[in-house]
Amino acid sequence: MSVSSVAPQIVPKAAPTWRQSTSEPFVRIEQINKQFGDFTAVNNVSLDIYKNELFCLLGGSGSGKSTLLRMLAGFEKPTSGRILIDGVDMSNTPPWERPVNMMFQSYALFPHLSVAANVAFGLKREGLPSGEVQKRVADILDMVQLGHLAKRKPHMLSGGQRQRVALARSLVKRPKLLLLDEPLGALDKKLREETQFELMRLQEELGITFVVVTHDQEEAMTLATRIGVMNNGVIVQTAEPHEVYEYPNNRFVAEFIGNVNLFEGTVVGDERDSASIHCADTENLIHVDHGISCAPNQQVSVAIRPEKFRITREAPASLVNTTQGIVTEVAYMGSQSIYKVRLPSGKEVRITQPNVQRDADDRFTWDDHVYLAWDADSSVVLTS
Amino acid sequence: MMTTTASSDSTRLSVIQRLRQIRLGRWCVILIPMLWLAAFFFIPFLVVFKISLAEAMIAVPPYSPLIEWDPSNAYATLKVTFGNYLFLFESRFYLDAYLSSLRIAAVSTFFTLLIGFPIAYLIARSGPTQRTILLALVILPFWTSFLLRVYAWMALLKKNGLVNETLMAIGLIDQPLQILQTDFAVYLGIVYTYLPFMILPLYTTLEKMDMSLIEAAQDLGAKPWRAFCLVTLPLAKPGIIAGCLLVFIPAVGEFVIPALLGGSDTLMIGRVLWDEFFLNRDWPLASAVAIIMLIVLVGPIMFMRNGNKEAM
Repeated sequence: MSVSSVAPQIVPKAAPTWRQSTSEPFVRIEQINKQFGDFTAVNNVSLDIYKNELFCLLGGSGSGKSTLLRMLAGFEKPTSGRILIDGVDMSNTPPWERPVNMMFQSYALFPHLSVAANVAFGLKREGLPSGEVQKRVADILDMVQLGHLAKRKPHMLSGGQRQRVALARSLVKRPKLLLLDEPLGALDKKLREETQFELMRLQEELGITFVVVTHDQEEAMTLATRIGVMNNGVIVQTAEPHEVYEYPNNRFVAEFIGNVNLFEGTVVGDERDSASIHCADTENLIHVDHGISCAPNQQVSVAIRPEKFRITREAPASLVNTTQGIVTEVAYMGSQSIYKVRLPSGKEVRITQPNVQRDADDRFTWDDHVYLAWDADSSVVLTS
Repeated sequence: MMTTTASSDSTRLSVIQRLRQIRLGRWCVILIPMLWLAAFFFIPFLVVFKISLAEAMIAVPPYSPLIEWDPSNAYATLKVTFGNYLFLFESRFYLDAYLSSLRIAAVSTFFTLLIGFPIAYLIARSGPTQRTILLALVILPFWTSFLLRVYAWMALLKKNGLVNETLMAIGLIDQPLQILQTDFAVYLGIVYTYLPFMILPLYTTLEKMDMSLIEAAQDLGAKPWRAFCLVTLPLAKPGIIAGCLLVFIPAVGEFVIPALLGGSDTLMIGRVLWDEFFLNRDWPLASAVAIIMLIVLVGPIMFMRNGNKEAM
């Protein structure tokens, strides 16, 4: 029933570059600051991005993620700090001399030029012979399956087609680094999913390092090799998608990504790699048994994801990591159901359960008295 | 069966009626400006055209009638002469006046564009509050009389005017320059007067332009100047064309500025027209001058209209 066998770190066949302590970062952001008047858009950010990564900067509006991307492109100059791309300091290099291309959120296709001329724009600036320009334009348009629309103007294309022209235009110069600003933002749901996979395929095929800015956590989770979660100009956590979800390192990340139940409590027992926490809401002790550093009597939050709960009618044997309550809301979503359970303290807990059986007779319903239980390794202690 | 056909017929009828109503409404909307144009452009144009075909004579009005009615034998004669037009083409003076007007208008339009573009660009790129102020400043001169502003320029440019005094005070010149009554003063006057007509259409096109297009051009390797030539300029084309037409056309026929700021040798068709009408009282010749000017202007208008269509 439980998924307690999932190790904190999944060990892949070959460890990716960002997990090896010896690998050289491809993009190195060193203590970057960006002030706009009194406003600090990016506050002392340091970040290493490795070759062939698809790195996602995830955050809400005003978190500084777009400013950071624009500094990588060269449109904004950092107030202080350095940016190195492939070992070269880019801090004073203007956008037109950087080995970087960007796909704009608005796509920024030149409305007076045809699809082919849009894609050829960057190649012509390099002064390539026209034969080669034509060949490369034709190749890249075939790759994004737009060869038949080469002569059209951007306003004669659909949203998805425009997105692919923008992508082709930013890829055709074979940049060392491709920046994508909300690449899927303007597409409808079905197209988004298709394009997500296409982006991942292209990234693997071409071996270009991608940096994607997005406010959409699902997009970040599916696309990224690693995610940098930003808030108020600071990167609060940099980790692989599953790690960001399962092991958020603070309250902001836990609440920003997915749904979470937070329990406030006090540390009462602190062993080598486990802790007991007293929480008024759960009545019983919460036991957390993986790497945490906290001191007795410290105020902490315990984060438990909705799907980590087991929900039963019978009281569980253990008194640790259990609580009880009344079902106040039920939402049937097809593949899963969402329950809201009110604990005796009045706190509401969100729980999701997969609908394994097609017609379960004893599905929980309003006002049912239920018991909740979870495993010691499925909760996370947050100290900040 | 009968009833259904009847009812479908009636619906068809009502559809046609509705279509008619829509068309009628549309016609009403178009009719008003059409009547306006007919009353204030086309009919006066015909009147002027008619006068241009007459002969000057000392009478009231000072030209020969188009149709002469002889009541004694109920006989009407149509009197048409192309002599005025022939005279225009025979005399070097009128040709020079046309060419000089076109040249002065073209040069002034060029400088208006040169000065107006950066101003329009700056306004389009400034913040919302600044933008309102800057736009108000562009329009503000319209609040004082145009004539008054030209007189103000006369005061500034004259021998002991502010410009000469300043230049002498800072030691750039020893003797006052002859600025007033030169072609330069005419250029200055036209550029100054018509600048808002250039700035406003340029501003509206530049303001609509997505700034990320310029960033995209730079991102793809274009230096700022190249990005401007390859992206900003082509996208501003409709505004440039509109602005140039708005400046060029009235500048060709400009009368007040060359009369007040220009010298006796500043030859412009507007002045010739005035002289023919009011000094020589040769209305038919003056009308012919006006008709030819209109025909001369149709050329550039059509040319630029086509250019605009392509840009769309």
